[in-house]
Amino acid sequence: MSGLSNLVPRQLRGFVVTGKLPFKPKVTVQYPEEKRPKPERFHGRHVLNRYEDGMEKCIGCELCAGVCPAKCIYVRGADNPPDRPVSPGERYGFVYEINFLRCIHCDMCVEACPTEAITESKLFEFSFASRSDAIYTKAELLVDDDGLPQQLPWEDWKPGDDRNTSGWVRATSPAGDASSEGRAMWSGELGYGVRRPQRGQSDPSGADYPADTDISLRETLSGALRGIGVDDKRPDRGED
Amino acid sequence: MGLENLQHNFLTGTLEGMVKWARASSSWGANFGLACCAIEMMASGAANFDLARFGMEVFRASPRQADVMIVAGRVSQKMAPVLRQVYDQMVEPKWVISMGVCASTGGMFNNYAIVQGVDQIVPVDVYAPGCPPGPETLIHSILTLHQKIRTGEITRRSSAEPGAGVHLGEPDSRRALRVKV
Repeated sequence: MSGLSNLVPRQLRGFVVTGKLPFKPKVTVQYPEEKRPKPERFHGRHVLNRYEDGMEKCIGCELCAGVCPAKCIYVRGADNPPDRPVSPGERYGFVYEINFLRCIHCDMCVEACPTEAITESKLFEFSFASRSDAIYTKAELLVDDDGLPQQLPWEDWKPGDDRNTSGWVRATSPAGDASSEGRAMWSGELGYGVRRPQRGQSDPSGADYPADTDISLRETLSGALRGIGVDDKRPDRGED
Repeated sequence: MGLENLQHNFLTGTLEGMVKWARASSSWGANFGLACCAIEMMASGAANFDLARFGMEVFRASPRQADVMIVAGRVSQKMAPVLRQVYDQMVEPKWVISMGVCASTGGMFNNYAIVQGVDQIVPVDVYAPGCPPGPETLIHSILTLHQKIRTGEITRRSSAEPGAGVHLGEPDSRRALRVKV
């Protein structure tokens, strides 16, 4: 027992702990006004990405639907119309639906996707008043013409959340080889360009990019050079 | 006179607003944690997120003192009658939040043992997605529910709204007398 507690009568000793607590820093996050920073590689609501020229990345191969353990993805592919192709290939995702009342955010669809078409954002603050709102179709999942994710009325997007739309792919190596961690092996995204790799899990020095420095190409270039292949410049973080 | 269709005057409108405000500001939760979602529900009540800011810090173990039933976790077929009984024991007005994908649709447990959505048993007002939903997602769904209480009808909602709308143990003679809103 500390000296302070010995001065207090025994019946009031419990209040010493209580009396100390108002002077400690407050831990409560005032959620509707502010959000806690999300961890790296957080799994949230999906987005369907597009290439820098505006073409859709999804090729309708249905690998995501096949690997989904909750069977929450429904994809149908169709042949690209020759005069107005949707994706740079033979086929494209004609129908793409995710039921977010089934999705468990395991990210296996992101792992399975051969073109990084589907990634998970860090938006996790959403709830539905009806079941039909929970089924996101392609119109809601696909990023808009600026590469920004759609912001639906039952979702709580804060400024800066839209920069975190493809965390997992950039943190681990898409080829599955640990030695290729930290190398950009993915295609560019509309509005963001070729994104920087994040620090991988097998790196002994450990530290990830903090979320604040993980700024998008859109902010770096202020929209002037959008859609142009830009040198993958990484911030100074010591040896690499 | 043109006043026959007037539903509320100044006094009843103000009273109705006050009742809705009181209901939304102190909607106590029924303690119905079934699985890992309950851990997140406890985390929402703890200091980091602090449901007391919304007047919901008390999770009542007795359904007669609760207003909102947060179904947190997968509901097995054997648990379903218990859940319905707890819902029936709650006093009107009462609301249900289906927390997590397992409670909402069965989630990844698409098998014979799990109820594929608690809205087959009780009428659900708000669905919270996620496996499990984080405390912020739960708070978002609670705020959605508060908005629904504030803007909704003050009396019992009709069965045309989302949810199963089933009321077990209610005689048909009483059902005809119930006021449709």
